[in-house]
Amino acid sequence: MVSFLAVAVVFYILGAPFVAALEVIVYAGAIVVLIIFVIMMLNLKSEAIEQERQWLSHNILIGPGILSVILLGELVYIIISQQSTNTYINVVDAKAVGMSLYGPYVIGVELSGILLMAGIVGAYHLGRQKKKIVHRFLEKVEE
Amino acid sequence: MSNVPIEGGLILAGILFILGMISILIRRNLIFMLISVEVMLNAAGLAFIVAGSKWAQADGQVMFIFILTMAAAEVSVGLALILQLYHQLKTLDGDAANKMKG
Repeated sequence: MVSFLAVAVVFYILGAPFVAALEVIVYAGAIVVLIIFVIMMLNLKSEAIEQERQWLSHNILIGPGILSVILLGELVYIIISQQSTNTYINVVDAKAVGMSLYGPYVIGVELSGILLMAGIVGAYHLGRQKKKIVHRFLEKVEE
Repeated sequence: MSNVPIEGGLILAGILFILGMISILIRRNLIFMLISVEVMLNAAGLAFIVAGSKWAQADGQVMFIFILTMAAAEVSVGLALILQLYHQLKTLDGDAANKMKG
C-alpha cells in the first residue's frame, strides 16, 4: 500500500492530480482493503505463517533475480539511449480528462461498465459456498 | 512546473514492474501473487501517465482509468477464486492444485 501512495504522489508531481486522487481512493482504498478482508476472512492460523516463512528462502532469488536484472538492464538501456530532452511537465487537469472520456473514449466507458458487471456477477457466483445441510434432529444428537 | 526528465518516470515504472515480477516468481502463496500482479499493473499505469504528461494529452490518464477498472474487476474475481480454492483444498499453496478429479 505504501508503494501505491508513493506512486500517487508521483502522479501529482507529473501534473495529474485527478488520477492521483483516483489511485489513492480505488487502489489503496478499495483493492487493498478487499484483500485485507479476504485475509481476515480466511482465518489463517500461525502454521500458515510458518509455512510461508519456510517457502521464502534466500536461494530462491537466484534464478528470477538474474533474469530480472537482465530485463531491467535492457529497459534502462533502451530508455537512456534516447536523446533526453528535458520537457516541461504539462498539467492535464480533471476537466480535460472528463471531456476526453465523454468524447472519443465513451465506448471504453461503456465496455468498462460491462466488464465491472461481469466481474460482480462472477465474484458473487464464485464466492458462494454450499453449506452442508444437516438435519436439525441430527444436530441435537451430536451434542 | 519545473522540468523533470521524463525518462526518470519511465525507469521508475520499469523498476516497479520488475519488482512485481520478481515477487510473483518467488512466491507460492496465492494472495501474495495477487498483490504482486497489482503492483505490476500499477507500474504499467505509471508508464501511461508519464507518456500522457509528456504529450500534454488526456489519453494517458484515460488509459490509466481503464487499467484501474480492469484491475478492480480482476482482483474481485481472483479473490473469489482464492476463497473457493481455500474451501476445497484447505491451503493457499499455488502448487497444491495440480491434480484433476478422476
